[in-house]
Amino acid sequence: MSIDIEQFHQVFFDESEEHLDTMEQLLMEIDLESPDTESLNSIFRAAHSIKGGSGIFGFDGLGGLTHVMENLLDKARNGQQVLTAEIINQLLSTTDLLKNILNDYRSGQPINQKEIDQAINLLEETIDADSASSELEVNNDGFGFFDSPTTSGQHTEAFGFFDGTDSAKETNDSAGFGFFDAEEKAEPVKDNGFGFFDTETVKPAPSEDAGFGFFDEPTDTAKTPRQPSPQQKVDTNNKQARSASTPAATQVKKPTTVENKSIRVDTAKVDLLVNLIGELVITQSMLNVLGNSETPLAKDKLEQGLLELERNTRELQEAVMSMRMLPISFVFNRFPRLVRDLADKLGKKVELKIEGGNTEIDKGLIEKLVDPLTHLVRNSIDHGIEMPDTRTANEKSESGVITLAASQRGGNIVISIIDDGAGLNKSKILDKARQNNIPVSDNISDEEVWQLIFAPGFSTAEEVTDISGRGVGMDVVRRNIESIGGRISIESTPGLGTNFNISVPLTLAIVDGMCVASGDQVFVVPLVAIIESIQPSQEQLRIISNEPLLWVRDKYWPILNLSKRMDIDGAIQSPTEAIIILIESSKKRFGLMVDRLLGQQQVVIKSLEQHYKRVPGAAGATIMGDGHVAIILDVESLADDVSTEATEKKHE
Amino acid sequence: MNNTLDKNMQTDSSSQTEQEFLSFVLGEEQYALDIMAVKEIRGYEPVTKIANAPPFIKGVLNLRGDIVPIVDLRIKFNVGEASYDEFTIVIMLNVCNRIVGIVVDAVSDVIKLSSDDIKPPPEFGVAFDTKFLHGLAEVQDSMVIIVNIESLISSDSLALFDSSNQEG
Repeated sequence: MSIDIEQFHQVFFDESEEHLDTMEQLLMEIDLESPDTESLNSIFRAAHSIKGGSGIFGFDGLGGLTHVMENLLDKARNGQQVLTAEIINQLLSTTDLLKNILNDYRSGQPINQKEIDQAINLLEETIDADSASSELEVNNDGFGFFDSPTTSGQHTEAFGFFDGTDSAKETNDSAGFGFFDAEEKAEPVKDNGFGFFDTETVKPAPSEDAGFGFFDEPTDTAKTPRQPSPQQKVDTNNKQARSASTPAATQVKKPTTVENKSIRVDTAKVDLLVNLIGELVITQSMLNVLGNSETPLAKDKLEQGLLELERNTRELQEAVMSMRMLPISFVFNRFPRLVRDLADKLGKKVELKIEGGNTEIDKGLIEKLVDPLTHLVRNSIDHGIEMPDTRTANEKSESGVITLAASQRGGNIVISIIDDGAGLNKSKILDKARQNNIPVSDNISDEEVWQLIFAPGFSTAEEVTDISGRGVGMDVVRRNIESIGGRISIESTPGLGTNFNISVPLTLAIVDGMCVASGDQVFVVPLVAIIESIQPSQEQLRIISNEPLLWVRDKYWPILNLSKRMDIDGAIQSPTEAIIILIESSKKRFGLMVDRLLGQQQVVIKSLEQHYKRVPGAAGATIMGDGHVAIILDVESLADDVSTEATEKKHE
Repeated sequence: MNNTLDKNMQTDSSSQTEQEFLSFVLGEEQYALDIMAVKEIRGYEPVTKIANAPPFIKGVLNLRGDIVPIVDLRIKFNVGEASYDEFTIVIMLNVCNRIVGIVVDAVSDVIKLSSDDIKPPPEFGVAFDTKFLHGLAEVQDSMVIIVNIESLISSDSLALFDSSNQEG
């Protein structure tokens, strides 16, 4: 029977990536004074799983490196290798290299063998340097794999992992699954079989899991996939392993695994479910229309049923949406490393605090949040946090604190990046703005000053470093956040620090909207953008260069006529007869003139691009209760169409 | 992608198998397109207008949850009169992984043609640019214009897709 092994590559890549992330995270958390055996075990297991998988698939570049890494880790957890900051750094850079190799394999690019050999040599040096004294006790208490002496040095590409182990002198090695390590030592090898083989009670079970990552849970009895008569062979191992058992084996006998309880679901399937639910929502609103127009007798029952349907729909919708939700710690967890590396590089002391990592957010949003957040955190370290001596001079603690916090507020997730650094420098920003010919008035509010840093090409860093200062970042940050329907705001106090608040919608699939009519067409305005809706009186209207301007809430509002913008006939043209919706986009505030309001409704966002193309002014489309398509307005792009002339005049 | 049909035609000519076409009417003229591109045929119903779109793009329609653009070929190619009544037909096409509806005056028949029946088009005399044509065929003593529907729908002159994501 032949298996197409390539079909598993994707799974291996995904899993390895997860393992590498786990490794990195745990390495970051290791307390050098008293390393936690459990986390060392977890790191070891992660390395081991990668090695095992790469063995199966013949990714030798990964296998070789993880093997050496594993040796080092193994010694560390047995207390034979004292972990130092340098070793942790070395291991971290090795994980980086492993990530690169993994990507190379994934994208089918040639791997850089030289780099790998270099890393292997470095790791081996580290091992040798420390283990010269303890050379005689090479304990390899992996998960029941047996190391072969170099004298035999034979690698069999076998699937089973207990072949011929009658004596330690004999070959019992297989690079196939990576369960057998070729150890470059000639002494007899002690095998501490992770507790499998220490006691009679442990019985190797036949294969339960012939997939990957067999050893994620070493407490399980040995799993022996595709192994002819496993019982017999393992028996011999048992003897041998028993005789060789050492205290180290009992120590790690029952490790509790840090388990990832998530399941991997193909996003296409989830998307399908989301679509189906969308349909259900539409059906429900369709029935709603029917219910409102029927005879009074049937109406009662219909209404009751509709109420039920509405409840069901909502619950189902929530359940399905939650499948797409991931804890935001997926993003946050990459920051400890970044902060550490950056702080080291800059000679600053920075402590990272993470709050609300369990807050859940749409998977699609998570991916889009990574870049802006990374940028903001880098900025906070580079510009925000001061050098240690400056901090002590200002009577602050030597190390700065950056807090990453996430919380849910209504239909939004609010993510804050808070630093206790120097704060934004108002006069510097204003100077820079004038240099860049950005018009600023003298009595500009703080809030408006901070918004200036989002202008393209704006940076107040005195020198351009490779970390930040090129000024290409903040405008991209804002654009990225706006592209997912979010907003960013800044609070800053000189000397006390800066607080970036990002607010993004929980999900991109459904939006709370206000349905409005213009002529015979219906449009949906996202509710978040609406401040209020009014029918203006003649007294509230002003005219500037033939453009109507609204005076309300002590401000001037330029008016955008939706029917003109959307090319609609038969709409109301006189502002006093129409409804003006006051809208605040991130760039401007303006009034949107429509005929009338139809009501508030949750709408399912449908893509216009799937079968057609992007339409300027439209964020998408939705299907109304009567089956008609309504365009969801994109207030950000509508804001661009507001006559800038009128906007400028509003300041006067 | 645009020449899939061409390839089909070539293999057909070698094996002499016939291909099926759906014939339809635009104004006074008979047209036909590869039936495999047809998803369904339905009556015309009011659409949602798209702002600032060219006049031949009537708007978008809800096709069981998909938002689908509707193109009136009569306006685009200036044939017949773009009127909409209960007999106006929309052919829903499935081309280039997208669904597009085209408005025609009527759908007439399914015709079988072998590649020998299809003659190269003249350089002039039809509303369609010849690059969107496969050729002409005589069916029951009248001429049918065979349209290369994929190249027409994905063409820049219809501008139905963003040029960046034509394959999308």
